[in-house]
Amino acid sequence: METPAELKYAKTDEWVRVEGEFAVIGITDYAQEQLSDVVFVEVPFSIGDKGKKNTQCATVESVKAAADVNFPVSGELVEINDALSSSPELLNSDPFGKAWILKVKMSDPAELNELMDSGAYIKYCEGRH
Amino acid sequence: MFIPHTGSETGEMLKELGLKSIDELFNDVPVEYRFPKLDLPAALSEMEAFSMAQAISQSNESTQDLVCFLGAGAYNHYIPSVVDSVISRGEFFTAYTPYQPEISQGTLQAVFEYQSLIAALTGMDVSNASHYDGATACAEAGVLAYHHFFGKRPRMVVAPSVHPHYRETMRTYLGGYAEIQITGDDPDRDPLSTPDYLISLVDQHTSLVLVQYPDFFGRIFDLTEFAKAVHEKGALLAVAVNPLSLGLLKPPSDFGADIVVGEGQSLGIPLSFGGPYLGIFATRKELVRKLAGRLVGESIDQQGRKGYVLTLTAREQHIRRDKATSNICTNQGLMALASSVYLSALGKHGLKSVANLCYQKAHYAASRIAKVPGFAVLDDSPFFHEFIVHCPESVEDLNLHLLDHGILGGYDLGCDYPSLEDHMLVAVTELVDKEDIDMLCDVLSEVKHG
Repeated sequence: METPAELKYAKTDEWVRVEGEFAVIGITDYAQEQLSDVVFVEVPFSIGDKGKKNTQCATVESVKAAADVNFPVSGELVEINDALSSSPELLNSDPFGKAWILKVKMSDPAELNELMDSGAYIKYCEGRH
Repeated sequence: MFIPHTGSETGEMLKELGLKSIDELFNDVPVEYRFPKLDLPAALSEMEAFSMAQAISQSNESTQDLVCFLGAGAYNHYIPSVVDSVISRGEFFTAYTPYQPEISQGTLQAVFEYQSLIAALTGMDVSNASHYDGATACAEAGVLAYHHFFGKRPRMVVAPSVHPHYRETMRTYLGGYAEIQITGDDPDRDPLSTPDYLISLVDQHTSLVLVQYPDFFGRIFDLTEFAKAVHEKGALLAVAVNPLSLGLLKPPSDFGADIVVGEGQSLGIPLSFGGPYLGIFATRKELVRKLAGRLVGESIDQQGRKGYVLTLTAREQHIRRDKATSNICTNQGLMALASSVYLSALGKHGLKSVANLCYQKAHYAASRIAKVPGFAVLDDSPFFHEFIVHCPESVEDLNLHLLDHGILGGYDLGCDYPSLEDHMLVAVTELVDKEDIDMLCDVLSEVKHG
């Protein structure tokens, strides 16, 4: 299981990469493995919409399940990764890279402190087995 | 499979509940209601019961004995005997929706054939395994459109010329969504106005526009420009069809419908007091993830053999729980099969000739009725096999009179549209002969002069 050290992690298996006032959001390697082959990703928002921490920001469907993805931090949506609509399998092959889901302009960067670092996330995942 | 509890299992459960007997479970029901004394006549033998039931059934008047001009959404068509013969097979007749679907290859193949036929007939990319009836399918179009726009476009516009039952069901079905508003069919609106005026009601909050084709009054409109206008405003267009009419008419896909729904009863399903019928639902590929109900796909197994599978099941409730696009999973499998057998038996040309017979006979009937003094046919628009007749007296009285002559008259439009009092909706199918139509006109002439 990969857990890049530079990222922050949420209990609901999203990762955040901080880029100044922006946060790039995706799902973790652990999450993609649990879901198995991803066949569909949907972001029910448009650019400019505002999302609140811990509310749904996307749906990921695999051959065996459908899962909600939540905003790990609150903010305004500035970019959605269009590549995922035609190539949802990127979530399996490159969850921390090409398969980022969306990017928000954070409204409350202090929320980042409530997220885990990679070490804490590894322990958290181990505790779930 | 039903496996009854053993005595010890029952005992264990009672113990867990802190009860001594099963009777104690019913303690909340007052004693006098538990086993009320029923005032029933003495028991009959099978032979006596059969003869009594038969005597009662003979007081029914059915379309077998009457000449039927009644339609309004359910039509009296000939059903080839092969339909019953196939659907009566035990493998199809008793099977419930398969919970281990892939083991039921026959059922899945039947559903796949149904989907393929409906897709071909409507011209759409994909059809689901069906819904309960046309009304439910219309309501599901609303659910799909609402979710397609993630709830951001909560308004729907429905033509008053959509079947009143469909509109009512839609409102009931969508009643749980507090923010959904359905407009377009306000009672003060002229029900016979052409669909064009609906466009003025469509805005950035509208997810769906629903029209019927041919409409409830049998009329056919070219919806090409209408569909463009709906799409310019960003909404989806759903068209409710009579699938049989598509043997003759341009399919809704040709003018850009996003969703095609319809009542499938006219495809080999008997009238049977209003059900079970068949809800047709077809759409474009882009909308398939929001499609309700089951979807069967064709695939190959590890050894390269053709097989059938349930596909895109992540839309369904057993995987998605509260986020499922619909909780309808049990489709009208047997009725869907009946329609597939009907369509296969008729073939492309057969379907076209049935539709054409309906069309020609209806037009003959309209031209004859128009000549009966006191009656007028409202025919400013092209129609398929149903049309409106303005009558010189109440439709109710007229129908009683017609029944005395063995004729089941048309639908009383005043029941649903106050402005259409004394207007009868007359349906003509291939089962009606020229002689029947002439007889109808003779009886109508008597009415006026009698």
